[in-house]
Amino acid sequence: MRSDIARKLGALREVGTLVLLLVVASAAFAKDHQFLDAKNLNSILLWIPLLAVVGMGQMLVIITRGIDVSVGSTMGLAGIIVGILFRDHPGLNVFAGAAIGLAIGAVLGAINGGLIALAKVPPIIATLGTLSAYRGLVFIVSKGDQVDSNMIPDALTNWTLHGPIQIGGVTVSWLLVWAIVAAGLTAYMLRQTRTGRDIYSIGSNPDAARLRGIPVTRVTFLVYTICGAVAGLAGVLYASRYGFVNPATAGAGFELIVIAAVVIGGTNVFGGSGTVPGVILGCLLLGTINVALAVLGIDETWQKLVYGLVILIALMLDSGVQKWLGKLSEGT
Amino acid sequence: MKRLKIRPEVVPAVLLVLAFVAGAMESKYFLDFRYLLDSSTLYVETGLLALGMTFVIVSGNIDLSVASMTVLVACVTARLMESGWSVPSSCGIGIGLGIVLGAINGVLIAKVKLPSFVVTLATMAVYRGIAQVLLGANSAKVTASFVGLDMQHLPGHVPVPLVIFLIVAVVLGLILHRTLFGRWVFAIGTNEVASFYSGIPAATVKIGVFATSGLMAAFAALLMDSRLGVARFDHGQGLELDAITAVLLGGASIFGGRGSILGTVLALFLIAVLRIGMGVANVKAEYQLAVIGTLLVVAVLSGNLVSRLSSERRA
Repeated sequence: MRSDIARKLGALREVGTLVLLLVVASAAFAKDHQFLDAKNLNSILLWIPLLAVVGMGQMLVIITRGIDVSVGSTMGLAGIIVGILFRDHPGLNVFAGAAIGLAIGAVLGAINGGLIALAKVPPIIATLGTLSAYRGLVFIVSKGDQVDSNMIPDALTNWTLHGPIQIGGVTVSWLLVWAIVAAGLTAYMLRQTRTGRDIYSIGSNPDAARLRGIPVTRVTFLVYTICGAVAGLAGVLYASRYGFVNPATAGAGFELIVIAAVVIGGTNVFGGSGTVPGVILGCLLLGTINVALAVLGIDETWQKLVYGLVILIALMLDSGVQKWLGKLSEGT
Repeated sequence: MKRLKIRPEVVPAVLLVLAFVAGAMESKYFLDFRYLLDSSTLYVETGLLALGMTFVIVSGNIDLSVASMTVLVACVTARLMESGWSVPSSCGIGIGLGIVLGAINGVLIAKVKLPSFVVTLATMAVYRGIAQVLLGANSAKVTASFVGLDMQHLPGHVPVPLVIFLIVAVVLGLILHRTLFGRWVFAIGTNEVASFYSGIPAATVKIGVFATSGLMAAFAALLMDSRLGVARFDHGQGLELDAITAVLLGGASIFGGRGSILGTVLALFLIAVLRIGMGVANVKAEYQLAVIGTLLVVAVLSGNLVSRLSSERRA
């Protein structure tokens, strides 16, 4: 049960994100007309899936007023374990690999969920701890060795290279299909199921949710488990996208990009609001910014600063819009 | 009913003794006090960050940007020295910059009223991002006369950075536990709404708390410049984890209103002894990371357990 203000805020913020997206895209297009050619569109479309898949879980977590900064390490751990399985058992089916990645992620997410929902450790502390612990496990499991590209089965890399739809030179890859499925399932859960409504209720007012008989502990646990699961799946998609899994770099720092995409997409860090279309827009915006930076000749050194600024801008936007709506409703 | 009272410092003190015993049993080289004292200089930077972090956590907030503030101040100061500025003026600007960076966090949190974990997560990226844009893949050289402070010793083989750390700890301890400002920090962390209605200038105190964290980051940055002789944007990764772990192990409550400088100092020595011990035992850095991460979670878990036990006794 979302308040009227929260719904208005969500709608306004999605429009805001769309405007930002158009501004960035047209600025890049004005600077270089090749920006919207097939090559760049393809690289935007390939950049989004990992972000969108993990973004779905992160959005659920942030709607409940939480945060999960361990997603990058979860990606790395699931990716390296599945990568090692592919290395040692070359015949392993890629869908089985994806399922194993999902399951590993779910277990890691359930550990976060247990710490947060049951042991009442604040989300930022619990996931900051597991961020380091899971990354440490990546090195322990892999003994520091990278899973090389010749170990990754072709069937897996084909998810990146091929897809069901091809328009002109633009490919809708199987990776993107995974992301669309994840987004569709999340949207269905949020809009059509009781759990979805419970997630919004918990974020809007945890105490009221508990008093109304909503199983806050169970739903919170579930949300972190889902977030871990999609991060685990993303670890396998990472192996497909990049063709290798390095223990130090796989998923490292990814949490920052994901959180940036989710909050710029209108998910409010105070909980209770956030939508799948908004997060998709956020992912598109970050993907476009990323490719636009490359087109504009701004090199990688700017990336971290840009992601951080995107989060800050999103926070200020939320805060400003919220104050404005508050004044409006006082006036009437 | 009698309340179970455990001072926040007890747990880290006991663990510190245990770690010493374990370290001594693990390796005969461990209990070499000259080596221990020399190694301690590596943890002074983390220690300064943890002192500032104690204020932040007692006030019921968190500062994830400390390592990034450190690295940005270190880079700016070294860059200034490289382009011919004198050592005192470069250091002065660095310290000013640290206070400003911390105050920016404070204003976003206290005035714009945003949660501290998201604000400092964002500025963690922004501050390190600025350092990266400033220096790129290059490193900035520190003026030669400023290098090597960590190799200086007082009589009794006490390294200078350790002395600096202890002096700062005493000063901050007095401020947190003996002044009005310190009482306000505890009051805000215990119940922010109540403290506001009792007339405490909550926003100003919060900005002060984050500026203190920035100041400590600047001190850490100067020591880091002096120790390494060069500054790079990717130095000091993950220092915030050690700092937060030290504060929480030191008995501070992550929910605010509880904590002490002495506890933080003891916990910091504990982490230093653990890391030195693991180093002597040839434990790889990545494994050490896993141990510290686990320690952080265990510290909070045991803190929750203690407070739950004591509230059950009261009931």
